[in-house]
Amino acid sequence: MENTIGIFVKSVFVDNMIFAYFLGMCSYLAVSKSVKTAMGLGIAVVFVLTITVPVNYIINKYLLSEGALSWLGESFATVDLSFLSFIVFIAVIAWIVQVVEMVVEKFAPALYNQLGIFLPLIAVNCAVMGASLFMQERDFSNISEVFAFSMGSGTGWLLAIVGIAAIREKLSYSNVPAPLRGLGITFIVTGLMAIAFMSFLGITIEK
Amino acid sequence: MSQKEHFFSAKNRKLFTDPFNNGNPITVLVLGICSALAVTVKLQPAIVMAISVTVVTGCSSLIISLIRKTIPTRIRIIVQLVVVAALVILVDQILKACAYEISKQLSVFVGLIITNCIIMGRIEAFALGNKPTPSLVDGLGNGAAYGAILVIVAFVRELFGSGSLFDIRIIPESWYVKNGGFYENNGLIILPPMALIILGIIIWVHRSFNKSLHEK
Repeated sequence: MENTIGIFVKSVFVDNMIFAYFLGMCSYLAVSKSVKTAMGLGIAVVFVLTITVPVNYIINKYLLSEGALSWLGESFATVDLSFLSFIVFIAVIAWIVQVVEMVVEKFAPALYNQLGIFLPLIAVNCAVMGASLFMQERDFSNISEVFAFSMGSGTGWLLAIVGIAAIREKLSYSNVPAPLRGLGITFIVTGLMAIAFMSFLGITIEK
Repeated sequence: MSQKEHFFSAKNRKLFTDPFNNGNPITVLVLGICSALAVTVKLQPAIVMAISVTVVTGCSSLIISLIRKTIPTRIRIIVQLVVVAALVILVDQILKACAYEISKQLSVFVGLIITNCIIMGRIEAFALGNKPTPSLVDGLGNGAAYGAILVIVAFVRELFGSGSLFDIRIIPESWYVKNGGFYENNGLIILPPMALIILGIIIWVHRSFNKSLHEK
């Protein structure tokens, strides 16, 4: 249990998707002009990440990785389909995003109106794909750890985008040199935020 | 021969060079930063990444442009993703076979080329509505311009962070404090935040020379 909490805290603060791996930068820069829309996209990312990564974990464990097909019989024990993982993961993500969009539209129209435009964008959000690939690389031992990791990564991304949106709202009132305005200052502020996040580096919650 | 001349026509040259300045995918269009900055600590992986992205953008634009009339509009995103994913799998397998050490360093970031927004962006914005040759040139140009930014960032980070280029020592050993000199590597440059700040500075410099890109 402690290990699960440790993974969650670590993926929110230490291995933050934006500040440590620069994943999901495109939407991070494009949709961070106001806190409200940033919040909407952030919640959508947490939602999609928490569903897709565990699904991909199960697919990876029972279909793709080396020896995963051994439940089909002895002759399948040596089959290694891991070269297919990119295409399978991206298909799963695109499919789940589509299903989530339809379900939300049907059962929570209010939420759909808030998230509507962002949901399709998430299919090509690098943070979602990145989390699945990190999951494959890191060999988590059970599904609750994967849940903690995916939810933590999403929460970290949400924190980052809401933080930068709040700063950009204030920045629009300040006198930034003309060539640096907009994109340039956003990168530099993100860099400074990343340095601040590095102070969490020492956190470990181990059993 | 006429095909060849056509390939290097003025219009195609412009398609190739424009991404380096006014249409730069990173500093102007803000696309594709995702999968890239993490590999800019050293020059060698950055160059491998740059070449991989260029190959994938060029080929995917070409393929999509060739089949653009047969793709139904409703499912075009899935078709594009499948084409890009197939190309990335090829690149990944080739890297694993020919340059295993580098492919280990690049780790998940090769796979992330699939979700690199430049590729989808160029396909959507250009390849779907243009002939194969200009699409290929446009894809290659954008990939190369993107790679150029990666290489600049990696150059600065490796030179000041490790004192070397391509793992060849540039700053002499005897300059270092531990050998009785005066110099010390800047440890901060190796850390992720500095990639963002260096990119911010590149954008600043680029826009200082190009007034038309200033944001209000």
